[in-house]
Amino acid sequence: MTKIGYFPGCSLNGTAKEYDLSLQAIARFADVELVELADWNCCGATAAHSLNSTLAVALPARNLAIAESMGFDEILVPCAACYSRLAQSRHEIKSDEKYRTKIPQLIEMDIKGTANPITVLDFINKYVLGKLKDNLSNKLNAKFACYYGCLLTRPEHLSTIERREDPLVMEQIVQLVGGMAIDWAFKVECCGAGLSVVRTDIIGKLCAKILDDANSRGADAIVVACPMCHSNLDMRRNEINKNLASANTLPIIYITQLLGLALGIEPNKLGFDKHFVSTGKFLHKLQKQTMEV
Amino acid sequence: MARIGVFVCHCGENISSTVDCAKVAEIASNYPGVVYSIDYKYMCSDPGQNLIKEAIQKHKLTGVVVAACSPRMHEPTFRKATAEAGINPYLCEMANLREHCSWVHFREDSTTEKAAELVRVLVEKVKHNEELYPIKVPITKTALVIGGGIGGIQAALDIANSGHKVIMVEKNPSIGGKMAQLSETFPTLDCSQCILTPRMVEVAQHPNITLYTYAEVESVDGFIGNFKVTIRQKAKSVDHKACTGCGLCIEKCPIKKIPDEFNAGLGNRAAIYVPFPQAVPNKPVIDRNNCTYFLKGKCGLCNKVCPADAIHYEQEDEFIKVDVGAIVAATGFDIKHSDFLPEYGYGKYPDVIDGLQFERLASASGPTLGVLKRPSDGKEPESVVFIACAGSRDPAKGIPYCSKICCMYTAKHAMLFKHKNHHGNATVFYMDIRAGGKMYDEFVRRAIEEDDVNYIRGRVSRIYEKNGKLIVCGVDTLLNSRSVEIEADLVVLATAAVANSDSEELAQKLHISYDQYHFFSEAHPKLRPVETNTAGIMLAGACQAPKDIPDTVSQASGTAAKVVALFSQDELTREPLIAYVNNNTCVGCFLCQSVCPYLAIEKEEIRRRDGTLVKTVAKINPGLCQGCGTCVALCRSKSIDIHGYTNRQIYAEVSALFNRREYAGV
Amino acid sequence: MQEFEPKIVAFVCNWCTYAGADLAGTSRIKYATNVRIVRFPCTGRIDYMLILKAFQNGADGVIVSGCHPNDCHYTSGNFHARRRWIVFNELLELLGFDKRRLFFSWVSAAEGAKWANLVNEVVTEVRKLGPFNEYEELSKINVNSIGEICNV
Repeated sequence: MTKIGYFPGCSLNGTAKEYDLSLQAIARFADVELVELADWNCCGATAAHSLNSTLAVALPARNLAIAESMGFDEILVPCAACYSRLAQSRHEIKSDEKYRTKIPQLIEMDIKGTANPITVLDFINKYVLGKLKDNLSNKLNAKFACYYGCLLTRPEHLSTIERREDPLVMEQIVQLVGGMAIDWAFKVECCGAGLSVVRTDIIGKLCAKILDDANSRGADAIVVACPMCHSNLDMRRNEINKNLASANTLPIIYITQLLGLALGIEPNKLGFDKHFVSTGKFLHKLQKQTMEV
Repeated sequence: MARIGVFVCHCGENISSTVDCAKVAEIASNYPGVVYSIDYKYMCSDPGQNLIKEAIQKHKLTGVVVAACSPRMHEPTFRKATAEAGINPYLCEMANLREHCSWVHFREDSTTEKAAELVRVLVEKVKHNEELYPIKVPITKTALVIGGGIGGIQAALDIANSGHKVIMVEKNPSIGGKMAQLSETFPTLDCSQCILTPRMVEVAQHPNITLYTYAEVESVDGFIGNFKVTIRQKAKSVDHKACTGCGLCIEKCPIKKIPDEFNAGLGNRAAIYVPFPQAVPNKPVIDRNNCTYFLKGKCGLCNKVCPADAIHYEQEDEFIKVDVGAIVAATGFDIKHSDFLPEYGYGKYPDVIDGLQFERLASASGPTLGVLKRPSDGKEPESVVFIACAGSRDPAKGIPYCSKICCMYTAKHAMLFKHKNHHGNATVFYMDIRAGGKMYDEFVRRAIEEDDVNYIRGRVSRIYEKNGKLIVCGVDTLLNSRSVEIEADLVVLATAAVANSDSEELAQKLHISYDQYHFFSEAHPKLRPVETNTAGIMLAGACQAPKDIPDTVSQASGTAAKVVALFSQDELTREPLIAYVNNNTCVGCFLCQSVCPYLAIEKEEIRRRDGTLVKTVAKINPGLCQGCGTCVALCRSKSIDIHGYTNRQIYAEVSALFNRREYAGV
Repeated sequence: MQEFEPKIVAFVCNWCTYAGADLAGTSRIKYATNVRIVRFPCTGRIDYMLILKAFQNGADGVIVSGCHPNDCHYTSGNFHARRRWIVFNELLELLGFDKRRLFFSWVSAAEGAKWANLVNEVVTEVRKLGPFNEYEELSKINVNSIGEICNV
């Protein structure tokens, strides 16, 4: 069994519990043990880097240093905001002499930058897809709008995704599990991310455009790989619907939940009961259309 | 035994005000080997030169040191005087007493002391100078022009009109290049074909020009004045001598749905085709990749209908060897295509087109006969968005440079649209407007002010299709960075101008250097903009960097002038300051070959009389060597030396610098 | 006591630094008289054995200067000069040579003032180091005493 470092961040312990559940489920399937970093701390998103540039490097650096001390080359960072902070911190330490000397003093730990943060999409590509084909139990016959948001595709030097302005990596996963990925306009637009708490009116406007476009192009669900995107699109639905002519009921599901369903894992074990927007109709439709492979 | 003369110049007071010239002459007279030493007010004047000439003859001098200004100033003057006195001009050296001594120091003992030392160094050098003779290389007075666009056409006509032979090679079935595809040209809006096609015909009919279309350069050997070029004449499958150009074959060809390159993919052509009605030559070729006869072995319709029996399926590629004295690369450019701008849906949405496609849509000879119809449904667009810098000046896209032509052609496109549809909306997104050039800024102002084109300073983040419209999302950076969304029927991207995909291959054939974007490199960005680092190979047009028509034509004429200047002599005379190899000591490691920037080092086999190989040694091609001497410093066995800066000369100089023991009396 | 006047040799290329020194002249920028320029077609031509030769003949400091990277009249001679310079420096280091007497600088044809500053700086630096006597001292060493030196 492969062991890699795991940095859940605050979301996966709270609002994104279903992301954690489904991720753990597919990791078990892929025979990978996700070892949570001991005594991890906040990644600093999104407040630190707008207030204090050193703190913005130091906070994630401590987590990187912990992973190094635990002997990990890879840390799975499922939250796109956490990933962005950890990867940026590693980049700064590797490229800036100033940080290379200052950060170890601040965090009182050695750091070399050997532990590489990876996104959930990197994780799926590397550890899951190879084993998927022979183990598919459900064909997910539905239309999906794959939504990447901003932090998986930007900035350029941190993104591991090809064709960043029109990525296709989630679409390929959707096709693998028998679904149809729609071509739509807003897959890398911003959902509002950090404004989720203070300016729900802006979230409402931004997410309304995203949901409306996915809906008008016939999607049955939106697939995401970031808990920030999920919470904005899912949790702020009341605020969003104020900007729409009719209430939008599209469920927002994690890519890990999608894989879980394809592998035949019980929806409840994947956290489908923990969504704000009901996933029942979607699951029902899937059940009706899905043929057992 | 050396007999050296030293001539110290006062340069009026320029030298003598800080250097005691008489004393320098006196000190120099004591240097070993110096038989004559004198100072004079103006050595470069006629009496001064006569002084030198008389001294050379009277004292039978074997070397001359003129201690005056910088050799970069008057070396040719004094070498000429030396030659006139009857000894080899390369036996004259100059000590730089003015720029390197009198002008940069105050009047003090150490200044005069330094002047005397500088003279001593050159005296020691000149003792080892050899008699050198300019290198003569014969010149083949025929030029090869690669590329038949406007750059190649202009260069070819200028050279041919000067009375020299020109061979033009064009890879497409017709000459004309990108300019033939344009509808109108900025800043005058005159019709591109109207001004170009007479030139194309002139090329075809010119008695001094031999035209090879549908042909490519296969290989290039030799050097300036003496290139040996092999041209691959691709099989046209049509005998152009017999063909009358009646066009019956094209009419009858059953394969008619091949995307037309000339119309940038917006129209169709047949498998046997003439690229466009005004093509030169106006005779067809068969596109073997799409012809049923070549793919399946049957059909042969064109052959059956041809009244002139001109269809020759069995034709093969021909290799034509030509000797030329100069080569002009005028291979032009390409624009970036397809998938590199996914955020704009370029390649995905049929109504997101590039600038060249817009030219074809607007052209009276284009697929829509000049009626602006969008590709998806043939509707005439009411709202068109033009995006400048689509990929250019964008390091994230790997193209940090400015494509130069887009600002102007985007303004032109917007105007052409407005002229065809007065009530339509034209919007231009731009980063900066770069309209430097005669009447250029006025042209852009006209688009904005008279034709009411809406210019928005900002970039476009995304284009998507919704309800049959293209939604263009951008930002207006002049209006408080407000985001803007425009519904468009057609979007025109000014995609980046890039080097041709095969430019690297051609550069390697020609042995010329190219930059990181695969554009060909000029010899000097300011002072030698049309020559390459390889003598005898010149550039014209956008193969060097993105260029508009006026710039291309100017450069082409400049290149032609260089070629004609080269051809004005029967032999090429070059400074003999080049490297040479000592065959006896050369071990043939060819390290020199790896550092030579001019590929001037060849291999020479040394054989016994019975033909057995003794060894392979380096050999300098005097036509190519430019005399940098990098090979000399690198040679492990000290077998290469360079005339004018030989090891003996330089070591003598360095030994004379501070050799207090030998020159104790100084 | 008279101040020590170091003797400096400058090996320069014809196209950039020689012309830059000419420009210093035409601009009448004053600098120390200690420098002697030896002209080469290109820095690529400079055989670094000449540097040792210069020290052997009484130089106290050596400057090598040519066109800036990418500005070489011959495209790449200066790059080869730079590469060999790095290797040569390592060799000198191995020999225990005081590399502070060696100077490398790019001076273009437009940098007359830079040339004058360079000369002045070099003269000041080498003056601090004092005369270069090591060559003479080393040449006095008896072959038999080399063993002793190595054992120290």
